Amino acid sequence: MDIFKNRRFIILGIFASFFVVFALHLFYIQIIDDSYEALANQNVIRNVTVYPNRGLIYDRNGMLIVENDATYEIFVIPKQVKDIDTALFCQLLAIEPQYFIDQMTKAKNYSRYVPSSFLKNLSVEQYASFQEHLYMFPGFYGDIRLVRKYPQHSAAHVLGYTGEISQKKLDAQSYYKSGDYIGISGLEATYEPFLRGHKGSKLILVDKFNREQGSFKDGIYDTAAISGHNLTVTLDIELQVYAEQLMQNKRGCVVAIEPSTGEILVMVSAPSYDPNLLTGRQRGNNYVMLQKDTLKPLFNRAISGGSYPPGSTFKSIMALMGLQEGTLQPYDVYPCFGGFRLGSHTVGCHDHAQLTDLSSAIQHSCNAYFCYVFKNIIDQSKFATSDEALAKWDSYLYSFGLGNKLGVDIPGENSGHVPTPKYYNNIYQKGHWKSSTIISLAIGQGELGITPLQMANMTCAIANRGYYFTPHFVKFIENDTTNFVKHYSGKNKTKVEQRYFDEVVEGLYQTVQAGTGRIAQIEGYEVCGKTGTVENPHGKDHSAFITFAPKVNPRIVVLAFVENSGFGATYAAPIASLVMEKYLNDTIAANRLFLEKRMIETDLIHPKVISSNEAP
Amino acid sequence: MRRRSLWADMDWLSVLLYALLVSVGWISIYAADFDGLRTGMFDLSTSHGKQILWVTVALVLAILIVIIDNKFYTTFAYLIYGLVMVMLVMIFFIGSEVKGNKSWFVLGGFSIQPSEFAKFATALAVAKYLSSQGANMKYWSTRFIVGAIILLPMMLILYQGDAGSALVFLSFVLVLYREGLSSWVLVGGGLFVALSLLSLAIDEKLYLVVGIVLATAVIIYLLRKHIRIAMLVGAIAVSSIGYIYAVSYFFGKLKPHQKDRIEVVLGKLEDKKGAGYNLDQSKIAIGSGGFSGKGFLNGTQTKGNFVPEQTTDFIFCTVGEEHGFIGTMIVLGLFMALLARIVYISERQRSKFTRLYGYGVASILFFHIIINIGMTIGLVPVIGIPLPFLSYGGSSILSFTILLFILLKLDSDRLAVLR
Repeated sequence: MDIFKNRRFIILGIFASFFVVFALHLFYIQIIDDSYEALANQNVIRNVTVYPNRGLIYDRNGMLIVENDATYEIFVIPKQVKDIDTALFCQLLAIEPQYFIDQMTKAKNYSRYVPSSFLKNLSVEQYASFQEHLYMFPGFYGDIRLVRKYPQHSAAHVLGYTGEISQKKLDAQSYYKSGDYIGISGLEATYEPFLRGHKGSKLILVDKFNREQGSFKDGIYDTAAISGHNLTVTLDIELQVYAEQLMQNKRGCVVAIEPSTGEILVMVSAPSYDPNLLTGRQRGNNYVMLQKDTLKPLFNRAISGGSYPPGSTFKSIMALMGLQEGTLQPYDVYPCFGGFRLGSHTVGCHDHAQLTDLSSAIQHSCNAYFCYVFKNIIDQSKFATSDEALAKWDSYLYSFGLGNKLGVDIPGENSGHVPTPKYYNNIYQKGHWKSSTIISLAIGQGELGITPLQMANMTCAIANRGYYFTPHFVKFIENDTTNFVKHYSGKNKTKVEQRYFDEVVEGLYQTVQAGTGRIAQIEGYEVCGKTGTVENPHGKDHSAFITFAPKVNPRIVVLAFVENSGFGATYAAPIASLVMEKYLNDTIAANRLFLEKRMIETDLIHPKVISSNEAP
Repeated sequence: MRRRSLWADMDWLSVLLYALLVSVGWISIYAADFDGLRTGMFDLSTSHGKQILWVTVALVLAILIVIIDNKFYTTFAYLIYGLVMVMLVMIFFIGSEVKGNKSWFVLGGFSIQPSEFAKFATALAVAKYLSSQGANMKYWSTRFIVGAIILLPMMLILYQGDAGSALVFLSFVLVLYREGLSSWVLVGGGLFVALSLLSLAIDEKLYLVVGIVLATAVIIYLLRKHIRIAMLVGAIAVSSIGYIYAVSYFFGKLKPHQKDRIEVVLGKLEDKKGAGYNLDQSKIAIGSGGFSGKGFLNGTQTKGNFVPEQTTDFIFCTVGEEHGFIGTMIVLGLFMALLARIVYISERQRSKFTRLYGYGVASILFFHIIINIGMTIGLVPVIGIPLPFLSYGGSSILSFTILLFILLKLDSDRLAVLR
């Protein structure tokens, strides 16, 4: 008989025991352990950020000045990279093998499963040839990224630039992710919350070769990107380009403001740079180049250059204060014998015609006259101390927007410097200084510091006869429910009443008609202006000119400030008046074309060229 | 001797289990193969379309097997075995290489793998020999001849480079065990495999040694009444420890690439594109299925082709991913039921030949199922052999159908004749 018949139970037992072990193991990996589901999702679901279109920027006439350019960014998921032809890869992307190694190491250190940026700013053409071979490079994929493009190649300081978010900012918030672009300076920075829009995301199913298989669960988890708000700014880009042309090869700035609104029409800081340098793949190199340039092209002199004294352009403010305080009458005349002497303090003056009244003093920019005006304000008997007098004087300056940040809508503004009583107490000790000690303030020199924008704004207050609007660039924000623009619609009144302005404006008019600013005359307009020659202890004087026109209901205020160029009438006045003429008439009168040519061609930066081309 | 209809005594339960498994297989192949474009069931450019053709051929073959007189199998057992062996030899001269294994005949558009047919041929030959007069596992001569019958195809297939298929022949140990092979061979074989794997997988040999010593101490304590057996266990323990050190010594002598290969199989070395990758991905696919799966055609890993060979060796992944724990349990249940049924069938035979053949069928199926499913869930090293009835492939489905239906034919005649 079959003595081994019972062995069937052992055999069945062996079968069953394996099946039980398998069933338990399946129970564990399929039901208990969740990690496989996560791993499966990592395998097949790629979470792609959908970047919105950044808001476009238009100038006041609807001209497009900032747009978006499509580039591609390559991402890598290190875990999925295997068996790739590195030589071909580097060749297609035009990168060095060392770059490949460095980026892979960086990506691996960050995460083996999460995508890292591998290469940025690939042109559409470059990406197209890479994409054809993408199937050979598992773990890599490309995604479209928009970078800024500046079709006018102008207004770099105003527009600012975008760049990858810094680690510091990254740590302080949660919206941006490493590698995201953010506005770093200029309007790009101020209006970042409007321009950026809102990122979306989508989940894409991919296969083993990283090829897209469609959206995950028909896109129920996807969110759409919301485009940024388009921005219209107050700049007149044609005028801006023209002003930049006039300022080429010079150091300094031009600011033009529409006084009835505070809208900034032009803001040039020279030397400037093409804003397109700070986009795209060469951005890093270009930035270093600009940063190392001793002429500091990245520096916006118009708002950050706070250490310029205003020079003679400041005399009109002195006059207005005197009139308001009642210490000066329009027909007052003070003696000038080539200067002003008080004790040991002397302020020199230049040769000029006999003064007849306040307006002729402005017209001829008499230093002595304004020293008396200043002295009379400070030495009023109603003030018990110099402290009290200077505090009063300061309050006038503050009301003209000096000494504090104006609040223009681009970052980096300097507050300038209006010396306080405390400031002089620290220098001279309390009670040891008086009007004669600080007499140079009378003619806009000394410890006074004022930014070019403040100077232009102060001129607006004069042109408007007693008030100004905070200068700004924003004109209109598309779909802005917060009505952000209204922040700039409030009038800022000066402490000088309207009735005192006419005398001063008349003086400014006469300055252009028959005084130091004759070169700024424009056919058909009553142009007002004031030259300034700012003493510069470090070199040749700075040339400044403030101007507005027409005299009644002025449409434009222009300030030109040219460093190390001598008298105000030499460069600043022609440049400011050309900008003004271009704005008012759209063209330059034939008899002034020589002036335009001369200004454009003048080179104040490369000294050798000057000496060979120009008369000494 | 009574004569009844050909089909009256057919074991219809087995046929039903077979049909269910083939259906599950076809559905899974359809899902693994699905690309959203070629959805036609009979599209011959797809794997699922071809599989329908192969299943049809298999059914025709099954009917033929049932129609043919049962004496054919007993009479021609050695001849069939001989023919297949000749084919295996001929492969060396006129075979084609597919995926690194020179084990295919290519005929027209189809390729056939003779090693698949060696399985049932060997099962027949073993049954024939052991049921013959005078054969008894007690004798060394019987053991030697049976061993030769099994080892011949095994060596030929191994030499073709198809180690997975060669290993299948080890499963005949169960048949021999049923016929009286000493239990020690089974225990010893199991111990040998377990020790080899463990000593390579575990770096710190001391843990292994301590484990063996403790286990031996417990066993000897339990067997203290039977001194001889206890001593034997002690001797086995000592030689096991010696064997462990011998294995690691010889492993140290291997060339680096050979070491790598072994270490990958043991999971010590992560090989992302080779065997390790397959294992990783198939575990992820099955593990992510959860309780009820992601649904038919909704398997993300399946869709993304993350698991290689997914219609053939890794078909179980599709079941696991799309139908979850429920699906895997159904498949395991069907297989277990079929194996139990085959053992039951084998034991009800009056014919020793049929019983032996039946155990051969059960052993071969069992080995395939355990190695294949064990590999997909990471319990067994990656060895490329198909899952019976489920995996795509003509040779596979035909050979398993032949294997099973010869048994069913022999069984349907169990009352008619006595061999």
